[in-house]
Amino acid sequence: MPRDQIEYSQAIGDQVAYTTCYMCACRCGIKVHLKDGRLRYIEGNRDHPVNQGVLCAKGSAGIMNVLSPARLRKPLKRVGPRGAGEFAEIEWDEAMAIVAERLRRIRETDPNQLAFFTGRDQSQSLTGYFAQMFGTMNFAAHGGFCTVNMAAAGLYSVGGAFWEFGEPDWDHAKLFLMIGIAEDHDSNPIKLGLGKLKERGAKVVAVNPVRTGYAAVADEFVAITPGTDGLFVFALIHCLLESGKVDLEFLVRYTNAHYLVIDALGAADHGLFARDGEGRALAWDRATGAAAPAEDAGINPQLLGRYALADGRAARPAFALFAERFLAPEYAPEAVAATCGVPAETIRRIAAEIAEIAFNQPVVLEQPWTDSNGRRHETMVGRPVAIHAMRGISAHSNGFHTCRAIHLLQMLIGAVDTPGSWRYKSPYPKPIPAGPVPGGKVRREDGSLATPPIGFPKGPEDLLVDEAGEPMRIDRAFSWEAPIAVHGLMHLAIGEAHAQTHQKIDTLMIYMANVAWNSAMNPGDAMQMLTDQNEDGSYRIPFVVLSDAFFSETVPYADLVLPDTTYLERYDCISLLDRPIGSAHGPADAIRVPVLKPDRDVRPFQDVLIDLAGRLRLPHFVDAGGKPLYASYADYIVRHERKPGVGPLAGFRGADGKVVGRGAPNPDQLRRYEANRSFWRHHLPAEQLYFKHSNRAYLEGAKAMGLIDDASKITLQLYSETLQKFRLAAEGHGAVQPPERLRKRVARYMDPLPIWYTPIEETLVDRARYPLHAITQRPMAMYHSWGSQNAWLRQILSENRLYVNRETAARHGIADEDWVRVESRKGSVRCRARLMDNLNPDTVWTWNAIGKRSGAWTLDRDAPEARTGFLLNHVISEYLPPDEEGRRLSNSDPVTGQAAWFDLTVSITRCEPDEPEVTAPQPEGLKAPFETRHPAVLRFGEEARR
Amino acid sequence: MTSLPEPQPGGKKLGLVIDLDTCVGCHACAVNCKEWNTGGHHAPLPDHNPYGKEPHGVWFNRIHSYEAGCGSTSKTVNFPRSCLHCETPQCVTVCPTGASYKRAEDGIVLVNTDICIGCKLCSWACPYGAREFDEDQGVMKKCTLCIDRIYNEALPEAEREPACVATCPSRARHFGDFNDPDSKVSRLVAERGGVALMPELGYAPVNRYLPPRKATIPAKPLERQHGGSVNALLKMLDMVLSR
Repeated sequence: MPRDQIEYSQAIGDQVAYTTCYMCACRCGIKVHLKDGRLRYIEGNRDHPVNQGVLCAKGSAGIMNVLSPARLRKPLKRVGPRGAGEFAEIEWDEAMAIVAERLRRIRETDPNQLAFFTGRDQSQSLTGYFAQMFGTMNFAAHGGFCTVNMAAAGLYSVGGAFWEFGEPDWDHAKLFLMIGIAEDHDSNPIKLGLGKLKERGAKVVAVNPVRTGYAAVADEFVAITPGTDGLFVFALIHCLLESGKVDLEFLVRYTNAHYLVIDALGAADHGLFARDGEGRALAWDRATGAAAPAEDAGINPQLLGRYALADGRAARPAFALFAERFLAPEYAPEAVAATCGVPAETIRRIAAEIAEIAFNQPVVLEQPWTDSNGRRHETMVGRPVAIHAMRGISAHSNGFHTCRAIHLLQMLIGAVDTPGSWRYKSPYPKPIPAGPVPGGKVRREDGSLATPPIGFPKGPEDLLVDEAGEPMRIDRAFSWEAPIAVHGLMHLAIGEAHAQTHQKIDTLMIYMANVAWNSAMNPGDAMQMLTDQNEDGSYRIPFVVLSDAFFSETVPYADLVLPDTTYLERYDCISLLDRPIGSAHGPADAIRVPVLKPDRDVRPFQDVLIDLAGRLRLPHFVDAGGKPLYASYADYIVRHERKPGVGPLAGFRGADGKVVGRGAPNPDQLRRYEANRSFWRHHLPAEQLYFKHSNRAYLEGAKAMGLIDDASKITLQLYSETLQKFRLAAEGHGAVQPPERLRKRVARYMDPLPIWYTPIEETLVDRARYPLHAITQRPMAMYHSWGSQNAWLRQILSENRLYVNRETAARHGIADEDWVRVESRKGSVRCRARLMDNLNPDTVWTWNAIGKRSGAWTLDRDAPEARTGFLLNHVISEYLPPDEEGRRLSNSDPVTGQAAWFDLTVSITRCEPDEPEVTAPQPEGLKAPFETRHPAVLRFGEEARR
Repeated sequence: MTSLPEPQPGGKKLGLVIDLDTCVGCHACAVNCKEWNTGGHHAPLPDHNPYGKEPHGVWFNRIHSYEAGCGSTSKTVNFPRSCLHCETPQCVTVCPTGASYKRAEDGIVLVNTDICIGCKLCSWACPYGAREFDEDQGVMKKCTLCIDRIYNEALPEAEREPACVATCPSRARHFGDFNDPDSKVSRLVAERGGVALMPELGYAPVNRYLPPRKATIPAKPLERQHGGSVNALLKMLDMVLSR
């Protein structure tokens, strides 16, 4: 029989480099193989803590992003009208001179006139620091329209958060609840975890309007109505309280459930904790029948009742207020079932399963540990109910409180950083609320802000509001409209820069965000606002600088384009100062290394910022003589110290590279990282792995390493006194109070205990006219805009459909593949429908960011992305309908400013047969400002066999 | 026509076990397969119209998602599809040139593209749609079970597995010898009731799929509050709590 030639043992390539993926937000370790200096193969790094050798579709397709024809090639200066896409290629010297000159003038007059917004930026510890040193408060990254509700609710409740600052205990959980999941938060770690859970036979419950992806493999699918997850969780808590299935010991030891809350309606201290002369919060000790410091060991605190304090004031334990709210009949499963679209018996059964696993099947690890009170425990006892929640909670205007309700559920059953439950990822937990207050009010003599622009307000006095209580920031972050806006409100940047209501800006600098397309809640308006002119012909938004690696829909709207490299062409650091890759097993960070030399005249944006900071002589970027301190980002990564001994990377510090965490800069640090496959990790000893909020050894170790400044116990906030401080201001107390029109709103939403309310936009539209909820999901094989230029990934998904429940479609006379019109209060889109069964009947959905503007990303004009793909964004607005005075509140969570993408409601109708079979709207096609030659056939890899 | 090899004593029966209980349909296996194989034994795996209308190319592994039923009994199943390396594959026996062949030593079904005439008889014969025609070279290509990885002495031993298995993020894919009753694949099939696809057609596919499972938690209903009576919580709160 003829046999063919098989080369069994050909080497993959001739060179290997380990670096960090950037095809999405997960930051997996990758092993990149080159042959003859060209990319051959990318695989997962088997030693890496994040992905343990596996790699998702995006990561494996990284080659096609690095070779994308949409890569920008040279700095561009706009020469035609804004939006027309007419550019001249210029040299870097000229580009840098233009931006440096502009920023120098701004800094000398009013630094806040620079608005600097970054997208999926993994260098926020640098970009934010640049903004702080430049002296503008108008800085934020994309979190405000992504998942800030999760971050804020987590950080203000448990000192950590789902996803980035926490993870389920995959090795011990027996029941896993996924609520409102987004499949890129996380990608590989959740898949690895699901595999582990399934192997052990743990039960997986998906609470999600749509059953795809992770929900597909769930043992139970709860097809909840969007925006009602909070009610569902309220009902679970109701059932657990009602039946006494509560971990009281956990509550009194690790949360503030027993803290006494002053009960003096109308008084300035109403709702605050009763404190002693030393400022210590008090609890009512049953043993002595008197108030005692709540954190004292050995007291026997009351959780219910009402007590008279020594000064005559009355106070109630926080738990009593909590129980009263959650035991209200309106939160019984039977009362919420219709709203949630979930039968009451299902809610009661899931509550019973939670109780069964938590209390009858605890995980007991034979591991002694000592708590912050010095009490030694012989074992670690955990409640193996793990929860993960993400976008489906976050992207609603009630997401903050819903997420807080989930954290309270965890506290109630003792499932915060205990074996089998949700756990902190190092460097979390952090004190609550964490970190410095938002910078902006206090400017140092050198022009910098005293604290970073993005911070953590601890009370009304930390807000960035003027005398009238109006926002100081361009995006209204940290104002009465969004007090805890810990990631800013990037979705308001263009609208507010255009409206000029509170503040004018001169230059809008954007990095890695497609603000004129899928990163805009309303791309049509964004394009309009970016091109609007004043009467004198000048642009309403005077100057736009964009740094991106690719020809996105936003490029034509920039005045100056600074072309970035791809992720395989630069140094980067995944820093503990920013968004590190730590896990529950210990802190970790990582770097990117340049695997390839750019074949275009492009520069890493981080290098550009360092260069710019030097030209502008920003503090800490130049020496006393004004000479730039850093030659490049790589140089900065190694030598910059944020605090003495604390730099961007925590590993291999000190002269000998043996110090972890806090230590002198090590000139050899990057080489040491490279030798360690581009990451560093520290394994926590077994006694530090759980109860980190109250684990003495952990807290002291974390302090020594520089992860936290104080080794005090981190008390979980069942009751948020911080929120109550804002509410008191709204009720007329204190020096900083909201403007009249916002008082009621602030008082309502800054509730110290979770509340549930109908998503705000839903209450302002005609629900009879727009009866269906409309949401988006992110496909696992695509990441927003970045995927569509990818020759491999776009073969998986190059167009999207509107998914409609089969029965709902039948009621509307819509058949599979029919063209339909989706209408909202904002506008309409035309698209094609696809019918499915496993979908909440009152919900339609589509894949996010598949639709592209014709010609963008250098795709052919007739590419399906533009002809049959569509963005749901066109029917969303970043503003709520105006009030009587024409004021427009942002379409956001009233606590955090999180963009409320999923509050959208729509109607659907079948299109007339004579309508064109193309999605609408169809903005005019774009042309890249450089030559593109697409191969008819791509034969990647053919040279590898030679 | 091409004949099948006589079974070889001690020969292996290599193949995949794919766990439909854990496959989340993420396409990781498909893309890593593409990435590996486009520079591997069958290089390249061309892509036509890569940046235009109807982009399409050669993929040895494709993922489909199906819905079955609705309501509480519903299931969404993600189904990866690639060559099943059948024991009696008609794609081999129909081949007029001997290009399509099955190896005696490990059972892998391969195509010798040097003598493939691109007649596509094999793709018509394969009921699983596992064959991939390379329009560019005019020859048939297919999953090789990563023959250039599994025996590759240039790779560390732990990496000598198909790319789809190595990369699978939910570890839903397993590779091994079905002739060895103690191999992981044999054990998984035995323990989990692994199934062959359409065995009634008589091609005796080697790859097996593990059916979705359903974990449940038997739990007693929780006590409920009735009227104004003292509920369980209050009773519990009467306990002495020690901080």
